[in-house]
Amino acid sequence: MAVLEVNNIFKSFGKYEVLKGISFSLEEGEVLAMIGSSGSGKTTLLRCLNFLERPDKGTIAVNEKLLFDGESAEKMTEEQIRQNRLHFGLVFQNFNLFPQYSVIENISLAPKLLQIGTEEEIEQKALALIERVGLSDKKDYYPWQLSGGQQQRVAIARALALGPDVLCFDEPTSALDPELTGEVLKVIKDLKTENRTMVVVTHEMEFARNVADKIIFMANGVIEEMGPPEQIFEHPQSEKTKAFLSKSLEEI
Amino acid sequence: MSFLEVTSFLFDGFVISFLIFAVTLLLGIPLGLPIAFCSMSRFKPVKIVAKVVVWVVRGIPLMLQIFIIYYVPGLLFDYPLFSKVDRFVFLEWGISDAGRILAVLIAFVINYACYFSEIYRGGIESISKSQYEAGYVLGLTKKQIFRKIILLQVVKRIVPPMSNEIITLIKDTALANCIMVCEIIKQAKELAATKALIWPLFYTGVFYLLFVGVLTLLFGRIEKKLDYFRS
Repeated sequence: MAVLEVNNIFKSFGKYEVLKGISFSLEEGEVLAMIGSSGSGKTTLLRCLNFLERPDKGTIAVNEKLLFDGESAEKMTEEQIRQNRLHFGLVFQNFNLFPQYSVIENISLAPKLLQIGTEEEIEQKALALIERVGLSDKKDYYPWQLSGGQQQRVAIARALALGPDVLCFDEPTSALDPELTGEVLKVIKDLKTENRTMVVVTHEMEFARNVADKIIFMANGVIEEMGPPEQIFEHPQSEKTKAFLSKSLEEI
Repeated sequence: MSFLEVTSFLFDGFVISFLIFAVTLLLGIPLGLPIAFCSMSRFKPVKIVAKVVVWVVRGIPLMLQIFIIYYVPGLLFDYPLFSKVDRFVFLEWGISDAGRILAVLIAFVINYACYFSEIYRGGIESISKSQYEAGYVLGLTKKQIFRKIILLQVVKRIVPPMSNEIITLIKDTALANCIMVCEIIKQAKELAATKALIWPLFYTGVFYLLFVGVLTLLFGRIEKKLDYFRS
């Protein structure tokens, strides 16, 4: 049974068509890596999944439940959109932690405001998540006191606190110094062993190859090629994929 | 007149200055918020009205606004509201300038609310959109995001410009003497006219200076309190 089913998503900004019919599905525990050059629509797709953008057309279903249908999108209330967002988590490129809250407060803020469990339970869960991302000794630090890699790990814990069905990452290591990307990627890799369904937009080809179960290569708003990493990286079919891969490997 | 008597006479005036200051803050600070929201409204007519009001209020000297508020009821509606209040309060309680103080308060509250609203607007607009988005993806409502995430960051950013404006406010209260409200400068002028004493006029500066000193310390404290985070 597919956890996530995305069907024929279209999205334009004015005259500029960013997504031109994106469809894919994801099984439970699968990790999907989305690669492609900037401007290909990866981030917009991720933002559509998290209802930060509203697709013009298409459907999104999670666990067989239709969350979004372009046909009836106009009628969606703010409350419905908010509820829908709870199925997804999103980790941003620039972390976007709340600066006035400590690590543990960042993680427990939303569960507390949404009253998911008792204060005690929320606190316990937050502490467990902090331990998972290896920041137990930093739980009372404020974001500015942490390195980028640490901040991103807090952001991951914050997204996990609400137990989303699908956890999305938007270039989670792009804003980090090279020596810090490893610690973040390791956390993401660990999450895979917990059977977490994830969508990762990334430029880290090695990571995509080693961790993802499925790769989507996007170009000009369409899925140019989709398949298991061996196929995409070893035997790419499309010329565009070949060109992109040889270029990004060249850089390394 | 002894130094102590002069001090006490001026202090009576400074109480009025402080009253104008306190009421303006008490009402102007909250009133600035709806004005700020209106001027950021996506509903065009509301936005335009708010912008025009702010433009007019910031574009005309405060002294002139005091005159307008004071004289307009009489000139336009043939009902000199504030002098009527003056007379009424004088007959009842023996205070001579209550109606004029009321006119000054109205002018000050409107004027400062507009200035504050622009500071709020600047503060709110300076918060990155990504802070809202971080709240959205956690399933928070707009209200929760504003109150629990945005507000404190805005407060931190607007403390310095607000301090500036508030320090200006205590000195602006001197404008009230244009319609003969007995604030401290008016009191000093009274001494010059009736007792031929000019030095009390300069002495009033000490009152302002001390008060501004206290304000400065207070704002320093608030800034320090908000220093624990950076955004």
